[in-house]
Amino acid sequence: MSSTKSILLVGVGGQGTILASRVLTKGLVAAGYDVKMSEIHGMSQRGGSVSTQIRFGEKVYSPIIGRGTADAIVAFEQMEGLRYIDFLKVDGMMVINDYRQPSLPVMIGDAEYPDGIIDELSSKVKTVVFDAADVANSIGNLKVQNIVLLGALIKVIGLENLEWEAIISLEVPPKFKDMNIEAYHKGLELAS
Amino acid sequence: MRELLTGNEAVARGAYEYGITVAAAYPGTPSTEILENIAPYDEIYAEWSPNEKVALEVALGAAFAGARSLAAMKHVGLNVAADPMFTSAYTGVNGAFIIVTADDPGMHSSQDEQDNRYYAKFAKIPMLEPSDSQECKEFVGEAVSISEEFDTPVILRLTTRISHSKSLVELGTRENVSMRPYRRNAHKYVTTPGNARVLRVRLEERLKKLKEYSEKSPLNHIEWGDKMIGIITSGIAYQYAREVMGDSASYLKLGMTYPLPDELIKEFASQVEEVYVVEELEPYLEEHLKALGIKCHGKDLIPIVGELNPEIVARGFLGKEPETIKVSIKPAARPPLMCPGCPHRGVFFALSGKDAVITGDIGCYTLGSQEPLSAMDTTICMGASVSNGHGFQKAFEKNGINKKVFSVIGDSTFFHSGMTGLLDIAYNKGNSTLIILDNRITAMTGQQENPGTGYTLKGEPTFQADLAKICNAMGIERVREVNSLDLEQVEAAIDEAMNTTDPMVIIAKAPCALLKREKQPEGKSRIDVDICQQCGLCLQLGCPAIYRDENDNIIIDEYQCNGCTLCQQVCEFDAIETTM
Repeated sequence: MSSTKSILLVGVGGQGTILASRVLTKGLVAAGYDVKMSEIHGMSQRGGSVSTQIRFGEKVYSPIIGRGTADAIVAFEQMEGLRYIDFLKVDGMMVINDYRQPSLPVMIGDAEYPDGIIDELSSKVKTVVFDAADVANSIGNLKVQNIVLLGALIKVIGLENLEWEAIISLEVPPKFKDMNIEAYHKGLELAS
Repeated sequence: MRELLTGNEAVARGAYEYGITVAAAYPGTPSTEILENIAPYDEIYAEWSPNEKVALEVALGAAFAGARSLAAMKHVGLNVAADPMFTSAYTGVNGAFIIVTADDPGMHSSQDEQDNRYYAKFAKIPMLEPSDSQECKEFVGEAVSISEEFDTPVILRLTTRISHSKSLVELGTRENVSMRPYRRNAHKYVTTPGNARVLRVRLEERLKKLKEYSEKSPLNHIEWGDKMIGIITSGIAYQYAREVMGDSASYLKLGMTYPLPDELIKEFASQVEEVYVVEELEPYLEEHLKALGIKCHGKDLIPIVGELNPEIVARGFLGKEPETIKVSIKPAARPPLMCPGCPHRGVFFALSGKDAVITGDIGCYTLGSQEPLSAMDTTICMGASVSNGHGFQKAFEKNGINKKVFSVIGDSTFFHSGMTGLLDIAYNKGNSTLIILDNRITAMTGQQENPGTGYTLKGEPTFQADLAKICNAMGIERVREVNSLDLEQVEAAIDEAMNTTDPMVIIAKAPCALLKREKQPEGKSRIDVDICQQCGLCLQLGCPAIYRDENDNIIIDEYQCNGCTLCQQVCEFDAIETTM
């Protein structure tokens, strides 16, 4: 039970959390772990809060976890990181994309997008923070920001010795393969 | 070979491996992907039926014919299909017949949280509950053999967490079975009262045999650990219990939860110090144990409301709160919303200012009830908008209240169960207005075909059912077709409806913004900050692409905008321009 690791990917619908989770789970399965994964999303196709839970180890029972038990969280968006912070273990690690996407109540002026999220989170837990959209744009495609974040996670949980390049190559369209592999390596570097 | 599959994908794989040749469903979260994953198998005929009752009847007909068949639906879908299901328990089957119900504890995407385990007991149909994807696949095979051995439909109950979480599945090969011979047998398949009374007695005899089967089946088994605590559990709750208690407890894992194995339960209970029932939602197992006279803990420790998780189970058993990180700032809510460019948005915007009752339905457009549009009075179930609206209108009319009633429904939902309501309005001289939000797809569940789209589940072209002609044929003469993205047209039709005493249908048509095969707007809208008066009217559309930036200027996010131009149309200062 204690050897099982739990990881959360949280973000906003449309950011590519699902693809990142798929790459991660494929790599873990190929490495011989028992793996369970659960996507948790609400009604909307785009723009709602989404999270994916991935658990791996010798034998995994529950596909989901409770608060205070995640070993690592990757927040694809600042406010979503804040929303899920209580799922993190007190000594857990958080990778945060320095990116803000206002939600509907914020857009129509019913709520404020909170300031100082990254400072607050960094004062409480170990964090790796960077602007993944910026990094992805420098590679040439905003869409690879999910793989940049995935690369950082892989470094954080110490699994960089698995065959990630091969897995990424199989999971993304051939013409985006090189960009995604570059994104993965950028992510590794940023978390080092 | 082992693959990581969702429970739904594993059920589809089971349908393939265990020789099913006919499968039918209406899409509904969390069950949708079962048929989507069956569709690619050439060996299986698979269809989207107009609703769950039709799907169940199609699959039942195929089973009568001698084929192995399956019908899948979400929990509330089984309410729609309940009528034929209850009688199918009387007739029995010929080839195997599996009814999949995917329940939604926690209501991730549903209007209620009903526990369909009670349906098995109510309809007297055996029920199996897998606890991971491997079991999802295997239990299809178990259901097939139970169905054929005992001549009965079998319910396979999944829940959202089983349907949508992935775990490893060992793949096998397809077992090709020939159809059982069909012979006409009115005593079995024609449930006139005389025949049904005989079948009713046989049903009880069958249940006795099924109970014996349940006692011996490996589907129900004990996993011994410490005998101080004995946990009786089923489905996903088994995984949570094992996660939390490990070997510090013993488990009776029930894979067949109707009929229940009374002797096995008593035997297990007698060998442990204390019995605990861990189950999601209703005290289905707990009530049964108490009826057997077994003392146990259940809903006194595990909540009756909502989805379970390991934390909740740990709190129930160990009474401990998890240690979490406390932060001093709170995130703003991020509710679900209609996509940027969604064609429903303009219709709700046009309705939002009207003095009218608006009855709603089940689909993406249910989000029209939320701020800032707030243009919906009711949402009950598929098809209810139409008949609910008729009821409102008749009550107003009878009591001398002059108030207009609109009902809004999607194209797929109209075909599902809106049509009968519309016939009711026409036939019984109602005068409410039905707005069919025709976005050319079943959008909310992720784009499934329906009789209006022109394609089958297998991707074969077919005809497109003509909404206007259907409405005409039902007796509605005042039918207006408008472009949902043209606010002037939409408003003109709504104004006509406000001023008429005829029953009316407005077909508001524009493709779902995520639908790739239809032509989409391809522009980008931009706000000129020098002209913008900051009135915020465009924000009232609730479009995710429009927001106020840090400098309090209203701007449009060009990545999200598809140039639907609704914001441009509502702007009274011509501050918004769209470039194509």
